[in-house]
Amino acid sequence: MTALQKLLGWVDDRFPLTATWKTHLSEYYAPKNFNFWYFFGSLALLVLVLQIVTGIFLTMNYKPDAALAFASVEYIMRDVDWGWLIRYMHSTGASMFFVVVYLHMFRGLMYGSYRKPRELIWIFGVLIYLALMAEAFLGYLLPWGQMSFWGAQVIVNLFAAVPFIGEDLSIWIRGDYVISDATLNRFFAFHVIALPLVLIALVAVHLVALHEVGSNNPDGVEIKKKKDPVSHIPLDGIPFHPYYTVKDIVGVIVFLMVFTAIVFFAPEMGGYFLEANNFVPADPLKTPAHIAPLWYFTPFYAILRAVPPLFGSQFPGVMAMGLSIVVLFFLPWLDRSKVKSIRYRGPIYKVALALFIVSFVGLGYLGLLPSTPIATIFAQVFSVIYFLFFLLMPWYTAIDKTKPEPERVTG
Amino acid sequence: MPVLFKHVQVKHKMNQAVDRSKRKFLIAATSAVGGVAVAGVAVPFVASMMPSARAKAAGAPVEVDISKIEPGMLLAVEWRGKPVWVVYRTKEMLDMLGKHDDRLADPNSDQPQQPDYCKNPTRSIKPEYLVAVGICTHLGCSPTYRREIGAGDMGADWPGGFFCPCHGSAFDLAARVFKGVPAPVNLVIPPHQFVSDSMLLVGLDSGAIKAQRGVDK
Repeated sequence: MTALQKLLGWVDDRFPLTATWKTHLSEYYAPKNFNFWYFFGSLALLVLVLQIVTGIFLTMNYKPDAALAFASVEYIMRDVDWGWLIRYMHSTGASMFFVVVYLHMFRGLMYGSYRKPRELIWIFGVLIYLALMAEAFLGYLLPWGQMSFWGAQVIVNLFAAVPFIGEDLSIWIRGDYVISDATLNRFFAFHVIALPLVLIALVAVHLVALHEVGSNNPDGVEIKKKKDPVSHIPLDGIPFHPYYTVKDIVGVIVFLMVFTAIVFFAPEMGGYFLEANNFVPADPLKTPAHIAPLWYFTPFYAILRAVPPLFGSQFPGVMAMGLSIVVLFFLPWLDRSKVKSIRYRGPIYKVALALFIVSFVGLGYLGLLPSTPIATIFAQVFSVIYFLFFLLMPWYTAIDKTKPEPERVTG
Repeated sequence: MPVLFKHVQVKHKMNQAVDRSKRKFLIAATSAVGGVAVAGVAVPFVASMMPSARAKAAGAPVEVDISKIEPGMLLAVEWRGKPVWVVYRTKEMLDMLGKHDDRLADPNSDQPQQPDYCKNPTRSIKPEYLVAVGICTHLGCSPTYRREIGAGDMGADWPGGFFCPCHGSAFDLAARVFKGVPAPVNLVIPPHQFVSDSMLLVGLDSGAIKAQRGVDK
């Protein structure tokens, strides 16, 4: 027995190190037929780590003070050694986080990864998505540019639309009657401490729930149903480590190629990752002519604008925007199909999913544009399709003609 | 786990039956008391997020010298960090106000967007002075003053008013919103009063002052 093995034994008697390694990596059996779409979970984890590390280093030079914030970001960009790299990694990381998470969610939609017994994995995932949106919104105020200020003004005003308590609620969120130093200071606290803790905790329970029931796969069949009679290992399962750790490293390398290309050659991404107006310091008395949120919020912003004010209140639009996210929580119970994966679904679901994706991307595009009557009509049509995809799902998935699922994964 | 429970069970055997309803009651009572304590401790934390004494002081009323405003002109002052407009409306402008009620969403100011003493056709204390918060009721942008009646880009029937560049909301010269624009309600009229013929106080009305003086005495 080597000294290292002895040390490991000493630790294992006091902490389940080897047992944890086995449960979650070397003896966690994942289906052998994972494809391209299964890269994005581990990539999301990678981006989370990148954001935390770059974020810690940014706080070393950033000042959460309305009088100093804008200049401190410029200071990071110009005077701090490599500050520009750390800052661009963080700002690019924010957008790439959403790219990866949207693809990860789309994978879930295609292969029915939210279906029984994975409802809680999906719900934790939607909560992660919500926390991520809050984190991105809070962080966007910190550079204290014009878009930071007016974006926060618009979003906090959404809460003011809540009947009866709205006005007090928005004052409570801001800590002032307008977006001010108090708002910046608390957004900083939430952005660097509160929400990262929430995010890490949610990611942990997302993974614990996943490893409890096991991963879904492109065929949507349960590999645990067919086990080796002696070893009790799923016949179609392979240990996560080394098989999928190695596969994921390939994904990481390709991702980092794209990521660094953006960081070095197009960190502003033509105004989509960093908006031009945000290089102007915040001015509470002057609104920029055109306000658009960052691209990852635009589908929901378009839904907000698509709903006209009713009964002298813009609350219905705010409600519609909120419901467009809340409806995701109910997805596991809305889907009544006999099969999980798109491979064995009938034509109705395939068309519905295609329409949904077109609507979501369409809404995202419209949310970037100034609102015109024709754009509003398109946004209304897309919003209706978005909601119908979910609300009609119990019926169209039940009558859809499915193909029989295979007994085992098809490779 | 089983080892842990062994001696408990032995003890139970000695005491005969467990009084489950008593245990249930004690758990419920402990949870309730604990819950009250948590809620109590949450109060100061939640309250600490409301505007501080300094932020409230910065929200103090501001005095505006209105003697220098030319007829038809707009003066913008800052109150609670927001732009507040004082518009000196000419007789011609005031005459326009009653003529387009059918195009307005809330011509009679039924929505509580103004103090009671401004719930009138001109939404003002003195008809010639409009005092309004220059923040669009849609999503908080600051509209532009478009006083020219029948301005080309606003349409020949434009009666003068305010236009928000963000999402295209329009308001008339009494800061009332037009129908069919994103903004749902009229612009806010802040509490205000005329201290003298040339001095306007924004942020405090005479009712509030009387109440405050009553407390001081």
